[in-house]
Amino acid sequence: MKAATRTVVSGALLGLGIATFVDETIFHQLLHWHHFYDRAGSTAGLVSDGVLHGISWFATVAALFMLADLRRRGEFVARRWWGAVLAGAGAFQLYDGTVQHKLFRLHQIRYDVEIAPYDWVWNIVAIMLLAAGLAMLLRSPRNAGDRDAGPREAGPGQSRAGDAGPWATGSRRSRAGDAGV
Amino acid sequence: MFEYLPAVALIAGYLWAVSASGRRGRPWPLIRTLSWSAGALLTAVNMTAVNMTAVNTSAVNTSAVNTSAVNTSAINPGGGTFTAHMTDHLLLGMLAPLLLVAGAPVTLLLRALPAPRARTLSRILRSAPARTLTHPVTAAVLNAGGLWLLYLTPLYPLTQATPWVHAAVHAHVLAAGYLFTAALIGTDPAPHRPSFPTRAAALAGFLGAHAVLAKWLYAHPPQGVGPADAEAAAHLMYYGGELIDLVLIVLFCRAWYAAAAPDQRTRAAPDLRTRAAPDLRTRAAPDLRTRAAPDQRTRMITPLRGSAGMRRSEMSRS
Repeated sequence: MKAATRTVVSGALLGLGIATFVDETIFHQLLHWHHFYDRAGSTAGLVSDGVLHGISWFATVAALFMLADLRRRGEFVARRWWGAVLAGAGAFQLYDGTVQHKLFRLHQIRYDVEIAPYDWVWNIVAIMLLAAGLAMLLRSPRNAGDRDAGPREAGPGQSRAGDAGPWATGSRRSRAGDAGV
Repeated sequence: MFEYLPAVALIAGYLWAVSASGRRGRPWPLIRTLSWSAGALLTAVNMTAVNMTAVNTSAVNTSAVNTSAVNTSAINPGGGTFTAHMTDHLLLGMLAPLLLVAGAPVTLLLRALPAPRARTLSRILRSAPARTLTHPVTAAVLNAGGLWLLYLTPLYPLTQATPWVHAAVHAHVLAAGYLFTAALIGTDPAPHRPSFPTRAAALAGFLGAHAVLAKWLYAHPPQGVGPADAEAAAHLMYYGGELIDLVLIVLFCRAWYAAAAPDQRTRAAPDLRTRAAPDLRTRAAPDLRTRAAPDQRTRMITPLRGSAGMRRSEMSRS
């Protein structure tokens, strides 16, 4: 897998993990709006929800280890990665809000209320996240340095000033730490 | 006292191997002995709990016969027994295997046995049936598939009524959990260990199957389990399983991170005395061969010496 692809996969997996975590923590556990299973949904919805929830921690942890791997290789492109995080979170929320809530009728956002405004807000937020993420992805450079997969020296000169983000100097630091292990 | 027999046998055998390995001048990390013993003890404590559950259940059943027309294998609704069973399942099928696998029993056995016998053992481990059995996909199917069979067929009520079925199912849960955990994160020698993507797919499939089953049980509990009991057990399976799985996931990803290190090709054979042997493949990950390492590690790794090490590298070569 090319570094540019791995950056997107890592970001998208973390986006999925964050979206499912927010869904579980805020809407299931804290607000108690969502139900564990309201027995109204189809079997397909049950399978879809179980699989996505089951792998959400795997996605989160794998995404973070992939991020660490990108950074120790000096292949991390911050804007591309963050774009993928937003797009992944938005895509999951849109899937949750349309297919799982409406098509499979797994559970609703909230019970005993007029549900339409909740659904609209939910899905519009999802589309905004997805659109913002995709816009960032399209406007980000594919690779940290040259597109060639040849050997690269570590150094701030290789990464463009705009895309290194808050971790602009982290690349060299992590390598120094890595060599000492 | 019979429920302690497996634990006593597991610990005694392990301690014998530790002392045999020590006699050959290969000391064994204490942490592994402790981990193995904890895992072994967990099976005993768990078996005790199961037996008590079985006794309670039969007592409840005999007293309930007069008041309700439940069949003889039914469990008293709301008695909490399915939830107790689910606790057993989490401890026996998920936590105990983690601790036992961390004990690296095969590595220890290869060190403890005399060379000819160790060679026989490694030949058995290399054989086609052993390879099939220890494949992560096989292990995942045995593990998750066993649970589906247990809860969605009349097998579960049968385990509550028949002690030997109960014991057999629990042995299967432990063995399948061990195989699965070892296939994913084991440090024991495993010739032809499948790639990380294959193992990741097996893990993802298992996680999904486990979560789906938990949700399914919430609304469709086994025969004789009351709704409140089923809901509590399903929550426990869903969230408790997730907690233990998180440990498995982190260990798996950490092993990938170590194996995917850019300087993999310059690394010597894994050192048996440390835990730094997440993967026995001597080849670098496929994408590493086309990519030059951005940095070189300065660390020196002592090459392996001694009979067990030779056998181990012999195994991973073939």
